Amino acid sequence: MKNFVAGAVLFLIVVIGANSVFVVKETERAVMLRFGDIVRTDIPSGLHFKIPYVNSVRKFDARVLTVDATPQRYLTLEQKALLVDSYAMWRIIDVERFYTATSGDESRANALLAQRVNDGLRNKFGERDLQEVVSGQRDALMNELTAELNTYVADEYGIEVIDVRVKRIDLPDDVRSSVYERMTSERQREAQQLRSRGNELAIGIEADADRQEAVLLVEAYRDSERIRGDGDAQAAAIYSAAYTQDPEFYSFTRSLNSYRDTFSSKSDVMLLDPESDYFKYLRSDEIR
Amino acid sequence: MAWNEPGNKGKDNDPWGSGGSGGGGGGGGGQRGGDNGPPDIDELIKNLSKKFNGLFGGKGGSGSSGGGGGSAGASAGLFGGLVVLAVVVWAAMGFYTIDEAERGVVLRFGELRDEVVMPGLRWNPPLVDEVQKVNISRVNTRSYSNDMLTTDENIVTVSLSVQYIVTDPIQYVVSVRDPQAGLDQAVESAIRHVVGGTTMDRVLTQGRAEVATEVRERAQSYMENYQTGIMVTQVNVENAQPPVAVQGAFDDVIRAREDEQRVQNQALAYANRVIPEARGEAQRIIEQANAYRDEVIAQSEGEAYRFEQLLTEYQISPGVTRERIYIDAIQEVLRNSSKVLIDVEGGNNMMFLPLDRMMQQAGAGTMGGVGSLQLNNQQLRDLADQVSRELSSQSTTDRSRTQMPTRGPR
Repeated sequence: MKNFVAGAVLFLIVVIGANSVFVVKETERAVMLRFGDIVRTDIPSGLHFKIPYVNSVRKFDARVLTVDATPQRYLTLEQKALLVDSYAMWRIIDVERFYTATSGDESRANALLAQRVNDGLRNKFGERDLQEVVSGQRDALMNELTAELNTYVADEYGIEVIDVRVKRIDLPDDVRSSVYERMTSERQREAQQLRSRGNELAIGIEADADRQEAVLLVEAYRDSERIRGDGDAQAAAIYSAAYTQDPEFYSFTRSLNSYRDTFSSKSDVMLLDPESDYFKYLRSDEIR
Repeated sequence: MAWNEPGNKGKDNDPWGSGGSGGGGGGGGGQRGGDNGPPDIDELIKNLSKKFNGLFGGKGGSGSSGGGGGSAGASAGLFGGLVVLAVVVWAAMGFYTIDEAERGVVLRFGELRDEVVMPGLRWNPPLVDEVQKVNISRVNTRSYSNDMLTTDENIVTVSLSVQYIVTDPIQYVVSVRDPQAGLDQAVESAIRHVVGGTTMDRVLTQGRAEVATEVRERAQSYMENYQTGIMVTQVNVENAQPPVAVQGAFDDVIRAREDEQRVQNQALAYANRVIPEARGEAQRIIEQANAYRDEVIAQSEGEAYRFEQLLTEYQISPGVTRERIYIDAIQEVLRNSSKVLIDVEGGNNMMFLPLDRMMQQAGAGTMGGVGSLQLNNQQLRDLADQVSRELSSQSTTDRSRTQMPTRGPR
């Protein structure tokens, strides 16, 4: 019986003790409530005590959290539609306000913040054209939006936005296909240019070769005529040097050679007068 | 939902709370009434863990015997034995090893200890300290691949891999809930940012290395901003290519570039064929001319020499030589050609010579090897008629008749 009482008392002590300590981790923030009212907000990490069943403790993740917003369709300044995917990094800085604003529901905070981020992005995109959004002013846009969000999210939700970033900026499908067509036509243009440039150079090379060929041949012809002329002149000089020694004899031998050449075939028919000198011995009167 | 998790962990600690208060009933029961209990417990644990860490070079048994010595003072019967056993089990649970590649981050009652646990066999009081091991040497790799817009509003598909290591284990454990997800988001944003500021041509060709460098720097700055304790060591752009829909057009550009070279090479081949051939042809023309020149000169020299030699002999005895030359020549001429003797003055002037027939027969005759001309009387008469007709129509001073006789005898 005595043992039973001791055991019961020990059990009671254990249960009460278990309910009177709590641990706040380094990664957490906590508020202590007394029957639902906040009595302590800034509880540091470590081991703490509370009054069992009177105080309750709510803990929140104090690390940097990520909100990945669903992709939204925004219009840019020139009314181009874009599908934009963004995310935000945030953390709780004011536990009390966070608890009152969201009743400690982190997913509710996520939804609220995503809504704010989307609204902010819609405004920012509406002030800029596609070029600026995609490349030029991306950093500026993000920094502005982060700063703007931080002007009120701390007061309203007890959170701090560390960074808002745009991930994907996509064109809607119909625009995308026209972009593909433009890219294709640009490539076709480039390909055509390359081919035509190649042909241009090739034709030039061929024409140059043709010209060189023509010039080479005609120069050769010119030189050959000169050489032939030289030859003719030298030959003529040699002939005249020989023949002027006796022009009459030359004329005689040359004519005879010419007769030989011209009457060299059986089909050449000669009609001869027996009175001619060659036949003088053929005639009977010459014998006498 | 997520905030429930820490709450659950808090409840998980409750059994320890009961165990701790049971075990500490001997030592720390008095302090619980005071408000600053935790520091004293800290002190106690520090001493204890120092003792253990100093001892475990020998053996775990000595540590447990030390604990047993402490409990021996309070021991009385079965209850005391149970307490000793509980303490021994509790102490044994506190041993763990930290690998060479790892560091341990210690949370004592959830509170961060500043020092990082180095590699080796370590002891921390279980249930009081929570040790999270973080590998700081392993190079982690993440891969990403996506379509994205470039600054000239083209779309490219870029795939890249990111390598990172954990440089600050405390930050890695404490400051961000999911550091790896944060890295993913940061890299996705950084790639698009960098590619969005680059022209497509640069992304596809020589700008890849720059893109990788910029992505690394940018992702690293985000990581520092979020305090993830991650360092991005390397970013590799593994592939950058146009989307599949336009791949064909891009390939055609490559082919066009080849075609450009090809037609030029073909033209050069043509030039390389035509020009040397023309050069050769020119050489041939020149050589032909040279041959002609040499030929006519040699010919003229030969003929001139022959003429001079003949002339020398002729001058010695002109009459005989002239007669001989003349008769030689006439003989040769008449031997080689067909001839008809006509006594024009004495004959009738109705003569018909069918020259074409005679020529045919002459041709046949030469082919047959017969030199004589065979004519019957009628044909001969016809031939003679025609010749006389021809002759009478010409002038009477026919050169062949007048010159040959006059010059011959000279």
